[in-house]
Amino acid sequence: MASLNDYLLVSGLLFAIGLAGVIIRSNIIVIFMCLELMLAAASLTLVAFSRFNVSSNGLPDYDGQVFVFFIITVAAAEVAVGLAIIVALYRARQTINVEDLTSMRG
Amino acid sequence: MHTIAWLILGLPLLSATCIHLGFKRNQGLSTIIATSSALITLILSLVLLGNGKDTSTAFTWVGAMGEHFKGIEIGLRIDQLSRGMLIVVTGVGFLVHLFSLTYMKDDRAKARYFCGLSLFMFSMTGIVLASNFIMMFIFWELVGLSSYLLIGHWYQKPSAADASKKAFLTNRIGDFGFMIGILMLWGITGTVTFSELELWSATPAPFNATFLGIALLCVFAGAVGKSAQAPLHVWLPDAMEGPTPVSALIHAATMVAAGVYMLARFFTSVDLEIIAFAPQTIAWIGGVTSLLAALMATQQDDIKKILAYSTLSQLGYMVMAVGLLNAQAGVFHLFTHAWFKALLFLGSGAVIYACHHEQNIWKMGGLRKKMPLTFLTFTIGTLALMGFPLTAGFFSKEQILEAALHQSTPLFVIATIVATLTTFYMGRLLLVAFLGENRSENSHHAKEVGALMLIPLVTLSVLAIISGYPFVASALSPLYEQVGFHFGPAFWASLTALVVGGGFAFTFYRNAETDPLKDKKIALVFRNKFYVDELYAQIVRFGQDCVAAIVHFIDELLIGGLIVGGCSRAAEGIGKLFGRLQSGNLHGYATLFGLGVILLIYITVFVP
Repeated sequence: MASLNDYLLVSGLLFAIGLAGVIIRSNIIVIFMCLELMLAAASLTLVAFSRFNVSSNGLPDYDGQVFVFFIITVAAAEVAVGLAIIVALYRARQTINVEDLTSMRG
Repeated sequence: MHTIAWLILGLPLLSATCIHLGFKRNQGLSTIIATSSALITLILSLVLLGNGKDTSTAFTWVGAMGEHFKGIEIGLRIDQLSRGMLIVVTGVGFLVHLFSLTYMKDDRAKARYFCGLSLFMFSMTGIVLASNFIMMFIFWELVGLSSYLLIGHWYQKPSAADASKKAFLTNRIGDFGFMIGILMLWGITGTVTFSELELWSATPAPFNATFLGIALLCVFAGAVGKSAQAPLHVWLPDAMEGPTPVSALIHAATMVAAGVYMLARFFTSVDLEIIAFAPQTIAWIGGVTSLLAALMATQQDDIKKILAYSTLSQLGYMVMAVGLLNAQAGVFHLFTHAWFKALLFLGSGAVIYACHHEQNIWKMGGLRKKMPLTFLTFTIGTLALMGFPLTAGFFSKEQILEAALHQSTPLFVIATIVATLTTFYMGRLLLVAFLGENRSENSHHAKEVGALMLIPLVTLSVLAIISGYPFVASALSPLYEQVGFHFGPAFWASLTALVVGGGFAFTFYRNAETDPLKDKKIALVFRNKFYVDELYAQIVRFGQDCVAAIVHFIDELLIGGLIVGGCSRAAEGIGKLFGRLQSGNLHGYATLFGLGVILLIYITVFVP
């Protein structure tokens, strides 16, 4: 059976990949997917900690897993909003390339 | 006795207050109030003189505090000096009021004018009667104020407004020195009251003689301002912009003599043998002033300007005499000069009035036939000013020359030259303005002035002759000391001066149409008053430029550059710095976010 460290390693890798994608890629949809990846990494950490935090009666602490359900639900809503924003952005600017979206430059 | 003295001081103030607060609309009543107050004060002064008792009265104004501050009194001091001076002030004052009745007949602001005259009479009697320096200083400033108001009577004329400002500001310089001098004196002697100064002088506590000398010179600075000595003489000729009776009263007979009076007061209170340098400086300033002013007077064309420079010159004489430690001679000359100079000014006023406000002597001429009585009185005044034998000026000038002869030969030479020049420029004035032919329409239509103007002229011309004789002077003059007359060098010097000056005036100006000396280089210098006004203008401009440069530097660099500009630039710089973070580049934000997360993890995990 995989140990907590393995889970955390996978989770850290996922998070790092997601972060790298956010930093490097310029397609906004890919960035968005990478964000989801980072969110998934966080969820994985929560689940892992929950599974390995066994209480005195032999059962794991389910709080973390319940938390993950919430994250998934909220993430679904967030994706809906995020994609809608991207569509609106595309309609306005005809681009989904973040390098072209610099009107907030100070 | 005391009531009379307080009345003399109070009546003019009452008159000024009444006119200013109540009767300004009623021109006729104002003139009557002011003139009758002047008449009453004259009568009261004569009563005081007849009584002839030395006395003083005072009440405490500021009470004593601690052991060093003995308090300040408002007091009146009645002695020979102040009694005689009161006669001069109220006498000339009353005659000038009388003269003004006609001279200012058509003026629309007569009430304001007479209010000013009353205020002046109040302030001047205050100076004369003051028993201490602080009170004298207060009235000193008040005469400055009333002089300012009266010079600027025709304030619609820019030249009059400028002249009044100039007079006031120039006097401020001197008054500042005066104030410092009074305070220094207070520091040395512990008192400002004249009678206590006398006591102190009799048994002086140990003190620094140089310090006392400097205090004296500072006090003298007040006299330099008020009596228009060099280098603060520039205001007096300009003050001639005021009405002529004012020039006669304030700028010839009384206020400008206040400086000499104050010095005499001081010199008779304190024994000055030990600090000889200070009186010597005073004497030299007086001598130089009299010489410069006499030279300037030789090339003036305005009848009042000539008289103004002559006043400067005579004041220089008096100051010189006081500086030579002969206050009696100085004050005696003040006394005689007051009568004949007031006479000359009122005479010139009559001429100006008759010639429809023409003041240029080259546009007069031939007035001898048109105004015989004015001519006669003016001639008497001129002779007295020249020091013609058996007139008042002769006696007093003689005393000054005598004093100079005994004390300092160079000053005696200067005094003799000044006497020559006096004869010269007064001869020029008389020959050009009164003799010869009419040179303009105005003088052609001139006619003799009315009785109200002639009465003061005749009275003054009588005084201009008799006031020098011992029997009159010993009764009236402040500080008169009868000196045995003898045909010494002083007499011959003054006679030579008379003949030489008169001779030159006669050669150059008899039947002259224009000034024959006009085109000479040196005459140009005299005409332009040695360029002193221009020099002062340059100094003032230079000083202003310096101050302006400093202020500009502070404003631009310190305030604009560092404080105000610094704040704004700092805000701007910091803003730019953070603005650079707002690159608008999502990758940049993400990188920073990533770095931040790593930093947070590092801190939470590895930092103990």
